[in-house]
Amino acid sequence: MDVATVIFFSLAALLIGASLLVVFLRNVVHSAMALVAALFIIAVFFVILQAPMVGVLQVLVYAGAIMVLFLFVIMFLNLTASEPRRRAWLSFAGVSTLLLGGVLSAMLTQTEPAADPVAATELFGSPEMLARNLFNDFVLPFEIASVLLLVAIVGAVVLAKRGS
Amino acid sequence: MIVDFAIIAAKAFIVLFMVLNLAGILGWIERKGSALIQDRIGANRASIFGFAGLGLVNTLIADPLKFLTKEDFIPPAGDKFLHTLAPCMALFPALVIFAVIPFGDVLQIGDRLINLQVANLNVGILYVFAMASLGVYGIVIGAWASNNKFSLLGGVRGSAQMISYEIAMGLSVIGILMVYGTLDLQEIARGQGTLIRELLPQGLSFLGGLVGWLPAWGVFLQPLAFLLFFTAAVAETKRIPFDLPEGESELVAGYHVEYSGGKFLMFFAGEFAEIVTAAALVTTLFFGGWQVPYLMRDGFYFPWGGQWLLPHLAVVGLQVGAFTLKVLFFCWLQILLRWSVPRFRYDQVMRLGWKMLLPLALVNVLITALMIVAAQ
Repeated sequence: MDVATVIFFSLAALLIGASLLVVFLRNVVHSAMALVAALFIIAVFFVILQAPMVGVLQVLVYAGAIMVLFLFVIMFLNLTASEPRRRAWLSFAGVSTLLLGGVLSAMLTQTEPAADPVAATELFGSPEMLARNLFNDFVLPFEIASVLLLVAIVGAVVLAKRGS
Repeated sequence: MIVDFAIIAAKAFIVLFMVLNLAGILGWIERKGSALIQDRIGANRASIFGFAGLGLVNTLIADPLKFLTKEDFIPPAGDKFLHTLAPCMALFPALVIFAVIPFGDVLQIGDRLINLQVANLNVGILYVFAMASLGVYGIVIGAWASNNKFSLLGGVRGSAQMISYEIAMGLSVIGILMVYGTLDLQEIARGQGTLIRELLPQGLSFLGGLVGWLPAWGVFLQPLAFLLFFTAAVAETKRIPFDLPEGESELVAGYHVEYSGGKFLMFFAGEFAEIVTAAALVTTLFFGGWQVPYLMRDGFYFPWGGQWLLPHLAVVGLQVGAFTLKVLFFCWLQILLRWSVPRFRYDQVMRLGWKMLLPLALVNVLITALMIVAAQ
């Protein structure tokens, strides 16, 4: 096993550990912090896969902004004591985990891996490449997504104003 | 392979060593500087064998020893694990941001070229913002884990303030990215090595005699962006006039009210490390980074004619020295600011961030875009 494989599997083990902690920790703030750790490790995976731009954006958007808002809500509502687990919930989660695991493993074993998985050019994963794709080929979906976000912001402000 | 690894390790060690020690010395500058401003003597009591050294002994040796030997109090109703983790998370971002800040151009030893930057990322500036955005956790988690109303209020204030000013900070940098056309901090520093004369479009060449001799530093090309960025950076360090998260008169000490001993020292050191980081970022983005005006790779070339050739090591030494001096200047400026202006009210902080800095940053982006299109 070369160094890259060792790093990959140790990171993967960490990621699975952190993700399990998100689900199984009783304290909501602890779960949120475990989720931050998991998102951070995913960002490291993006960097290893030669996409540092996506990795950095992952930290910036998910770990740095969205999770802070999660924590905000948890703290304001003081949701520290989680409610007891329900059995129906657990069995539902178990069944869906098994189904998802089955589908994923079926997909992984069915498809042939690409002959040369790292066909990385100089520009691969660079901001230039990303911008060229985003603003030429996908400019319409990009703009629609930004309008969608704007609608969501305006909607949130309207709802907040009506309450007061 | 081994040599490459050793070079990276050495660069990382040197940068961390400089930042942490500078943070310590800034503690002394803050105490003596505030004493100077307020017409006091300042720290002068501790001495080693009769040597008091202008109070330097206090802040560099006596204070840390005192912090480390004090009782480490954890609130019984608080969260032990997160209470311990929070100071580490507060110190972490300010230190790792330095990985992408270039402190010199390329150093050549024999055949080996050493880029004077710990990690050369092509998304350097985004990395800076990603790591800075993690700085919120130290405050929020520390505040929550203390299980104290004052600290929780401080933490909520701190996180709201940091998120608000991150947006203004990010938008103010966009102008710089448009002018130099890269996200790589080393390339931004290199881009500031030319003269404004060479960047002027045809229609504006009559300005060449007036400002053409200036180096193409960010502050000359993007003066508004510099003011916005510096204001937002000071707000991110949570110091006066933006120290509402601590606000002694209302919140006792805000998010670190339940911290003592070594953990408080980490918050304290984190604040000074943030000052150094902010100074280094302002230097790199707006004041040429390691550039010395008119210094090229092999010596000075003055715009009014004449040149002065220098050996390679002298050029690199001048660059690293210039970077250090600029960083020290902005550290000092932040400390001067902290002891010169009063604290804002919280609504004023929010209004400044959202209603002044954010629209101005957007206007700056728009004007920059129009100028670039007009110049083409």
